[in-house]
Amino acid sequence: MDSRNITFMFYGLAAVWAVLAIYVGMLAARERNLKRELEGLRHMVEERK
Amino acid sequence: MRKPVLLVMIGVAGLLLVRNLLVMAQLPDEVMQGAIFRIIFFHVPAAWTAFLGFFAALVASILYLVRGNLKFDAFAVAVTEVGLAFGAANLISGMIWGREIWGIWWTWDPRLTSMLVCWLLYSGYLMLRRAVEEPTQRARVSAVFSIFAFADVPIVWFSIKWWRTQHPQPVVWGGGSMDPSYWNMLFLNWIPFLLLGLVFVAIRMRQESAKREIDAIRRMAHAI
Repeated sequence: MDSRNITFMFYGLAAVWAVLAIYVGMLAARERNLKRELEGLRHMVEERK
Repeated sequence: MRKPVLLVMIGVAGLLLVRNLLVMAQLPDEVMQGAIFRIIFFHVPAAWTAFLGFFAALVASILYLVRGNLKFDAFAVAVTEVGLAFGAANLISGMIWGREIWGIWWTWDPRLTSMLVCWLLYSGYLMLRRAVEEPTQRARVSAVFSIFAFADVPIVWFSIKWWRTQHPQPVVWGGGSMDPSYWNMLFLNWIPFLLLGLVFVAIRMRQESAKREIDAIRRMAHAI
């Protein structure tokens, strides 16, 4: 079997995990932003009270 | 879902994936395709997970329209987004596979085209949500759109039966030519995908609940 075939197999498997890793990164970034926004708002409401 | 449960699910998924990769390496190459046929063990479970997500979104959208509970809307957006991630993995791995076996990255074949349309429709669902500000209106409009978008899923699924396509016939059900000994690997590799999908959905739902809390605090802040 030629090495190109095996290389493309690795590209295919890597692509699946790269897509999922990007999605995990997006989830983590959104989590951080939401946490920051929530804390900021809570702080603001307490100050206004 | 609690954090320790999510961590256990991630751990089990990781162990299964390592085990499956080791078993996959021992499998003999496919006669016509060689080593690259192993992409099937990721390409197909990614598609199944995506379709399961879209089906769950359909059910949640119908339940939202019937009951009006925003939790169903949160679930619908969570499973749609996770379905899109797995759908992207399916499309990209398929393109790489096609480049090696067909000699082309893409062809406007019914299966590939309908899957791309499906992915774009559900991306449109997420864009639509950003365009509507009011939560109940957003949930209602998105639920209707999600039900409409699901109409494409059976077209993707049956496209290889309804039309002559470059894409191969079904390998598991419906007269495909896959050796039954490979089926176990296909289904075993679907389990970690499902576990990861569940973890993503749980995290995404928690984020939707945080968004609802932010909206509530904003309304309260305006009232003060």
